[in-house]
Amino acid sequence: MSVTFLGMPAERPFPRNAARAVRDSQLRFNLRKATRTIRARRASVVAEAPDWAELREAGRAIKEHTLRNLDRYLVRLEEAVTAAGGHVHWAADGDEANRIVAGLVKATGETEVVKVKSMATQEIGLNEALHEQGITAYETDLAELIVQLGDDRPSHILVPAIHRNRAEIREIFAEHMAGWGRPAPGDLTDEPAALAEAARLHLRERFLKTKVAISGANFAIAETGTLVVLESEGNGRMCLTLPRTLISVVGIEKVLPAWRDLEVFLQLLPRSSTGERMNPYTSMWTGAAEGQEFHLVLLDNGRTGVLADEVGRQALRCIRCSACLNVCPVYERTGGHAYGSVYPGPIGAILTPQLRGMGSELDRSLPYASSLCGACYEVCPVAIDIPSVLVDLRARAPHPWPERAGMAAAGWVFERSGRLARLQRAGGRLRRLMPRRLPGPLGGWTDTRDLPEVPKESFRDWWDRTDGGRR
Amino acid sequence: MRVALFVTCVNDTLFPDTGRAVVRLLRRLGVEADFPRAQTCCGQMHANTGYRDEAVRLARRSVAALRGYDAVVVPSGSCAAMIREQYPGLAGSSGPFADAVAQVVPKTYELTEFLVDVLGVTDVGAYFPHRVTYHPTCHSLRGIHLGDRPLTLLRQVKGLELVPLPGAEECCGFGGTFALKNADVSAAMCADKVRAVLDTGAEVLCAADNSCLMHIGGMLGRQRSGVRVTHLAEILCSTETAGVR
Repeated sequence: MSVTFLGMPAERPFPRNAARAVRDSQLRFNLRKATRTIRARRASVVAEAPDWAELREAGRAIKEHTLRNLDRYLVRLEEAVTAAGGHVHWAADGDEANRIVAGLVKATGETEVVKVKSMATQEIGLNEALHEQGITAYETDLAELIVQLGDDRPSHILVPAIHRNRAEIREIFAEHMAGWGRPAPGDLTDEPAALAEAARLHLRERFLKTKVAISGANFAIAETGTLVVLESEGNGRMCLTLPRTLISVVGIEKVLPAWRDLEVFLQLLPRSSTGERMNPYTSMWTGAAEGQEFHLVLLDNGRTGVLADEVGRQALRCIRCSACLNVCPVYERTGGHAYGSVYPGPIGAILTPQLRGMGSELDRSLPYASSLCGACYEVCPVAIDIPSVLVDLRARAPHPWPERAGMAAAGWVFERSGRLARLQRAGGRLRRLMPRRLPGPLGGWTDTRDLPEVPKESFRDWWDRTDGGRR
Repeated sequence: MRVALFVTCVNDTLFPDTGRAVVRLLRRLGVEADFPRAQTCCGQMHANTGYRDEAVRLARRSVAALRGYDAVVVPSGSCAAMIREQYPGLAGSSGPFADAVAQVVPKTYELTEFLVDVLGVTDVGAYFPHRVTYHPTCHSLRGIHLGDRPLTLLRQVKGLELVPLPGAEECCGFGGTFALKNADVSAAMCADKVRAVLDTGAEVLCAADNSCLMHIGGMLGRQRSGVRVTHLAEILCSTETAGVR
């Protein structure tokens, strides 16, 4: 099986990345502040929607139905897009998608493209692939611009620069904008309005002179061939309307059967992601306008394999709202980079190992990057039972031998109540010898926490001795 | 009504006071619980760490020990959630194991559910003159949806001053083997929980799960905070004349 590339190299296992992240006090502070703000906003706009439970169930059902009939809807989408004057391309993996996009850009004779924020193109490493072909991709989403200028990696699905505060952003703008186009003003402060103005001036120049744009899409409507992008800044709308050629790279799971299905998702997505009743910009386009060209690249990149898994395929319902990241106590403390994938947080912990397999140490560790607290499932607008998928992936992950031995020993003890009773009595007798610090992997507990005192007598021995307290 | 106590392996081995408290509390309320001797562990640690075969074996043992009773009382939201949420999936759709699971699951109650829903009691006649805060553990809160049952019971306890815990619904970072596999993140989560507990000025932190309390209490103890942790059952069992032990 080929290894699916997800935009970031597989590195060290999650616990080691996480250990470094939790010691970074600036990162902890930035993340805590940002996730808690979005979390509270989401909670309030969800609470005010009286039919949220019904909307969530409708979202789940529509996505489930679409995935069950994906072959049919994809063909219908292709027909509708083609009929509206667009061109449809099929890409089995990231390499093929990158080749198709590079070829389309080259055919225009251009060497620069502007980009709408897109998870799919990050997943396949499109910017890097275009760079190798002599094509420069300019990110135009404000947060993506910050990441690109800072030669950084995104750490959140919706807020890629969530790990940065405004003082850091000012520094990045002042230092690196000039290398990518119009420089930042000399007297740039870290006031949000000043930072936004610097980005606006920098990006406007870019929009006006670039002839090719690349986007993803939040939804693709099979019935009409319409693509839909939701955004906050309007920079996406600039990319989608100004350039002569538009290329959209879209995962095959983004298809929705009919126009009216948007009624559900245009309510679920903004409330779950930015915590807004409605997002500022919703752009929809069907085929190509007069004098313009539109290409749709439909991307598989491991998705068909996920679809075959009865438990795991619910991950394909994901609409990339990032509510699960914002509510996750693990993500809040580690940030997105620890997950080693463009999909961080709880959804990344189930999506990445399914798309990429569990060949690397990092990918094997991702299903364990959760305390199974269930907060992600509770906020998911399409009811993906993330904890259940995590447990299912854990059952399929290869386990290290010391752990296997420990689990086998525990299983052997629990197999007979007499064995458990004997172990309890031995523990009771040796209770004074219990060390304060445990060795090896068990030391993770005793580094920061005391062990409980072992009692002289177990409950079952008490029960036998006293006839359940009656003697 | 034939009632079985599924005490859980953690309480049996490390926190026998909690088991004793449940037995005495139920006796005071007119219920003589039985302790099926064959019970050991529900299998949650194995299931959640990815050892499905062992979990299936332990689930089989547990339902064999617990079937035939009118009610099974579990002083742990987490283990009750394991039986109710995960056993059906482990048992499959048919066969004797699935039948046993189908019989046991609807009769399995976490302690506060049994008190409030089955016995219909909210005032258990307890006395506990301390400042107490309550941590709703994840599986109690989002797994089996205990709701305000524990708080309803605590509010009726004489002498008890109940103070709300800020950020109560956030995980303490225990998560079973998560605390070992991701010790740094787990400790960071626990540190925030400990700070929230200390901010309340409570003398006692209680919950419906001793495993989470062992985790939070382990850090409270290491920090010599003076705050102690106690299972909810031990508070509900205390009276003016008799403590837990």
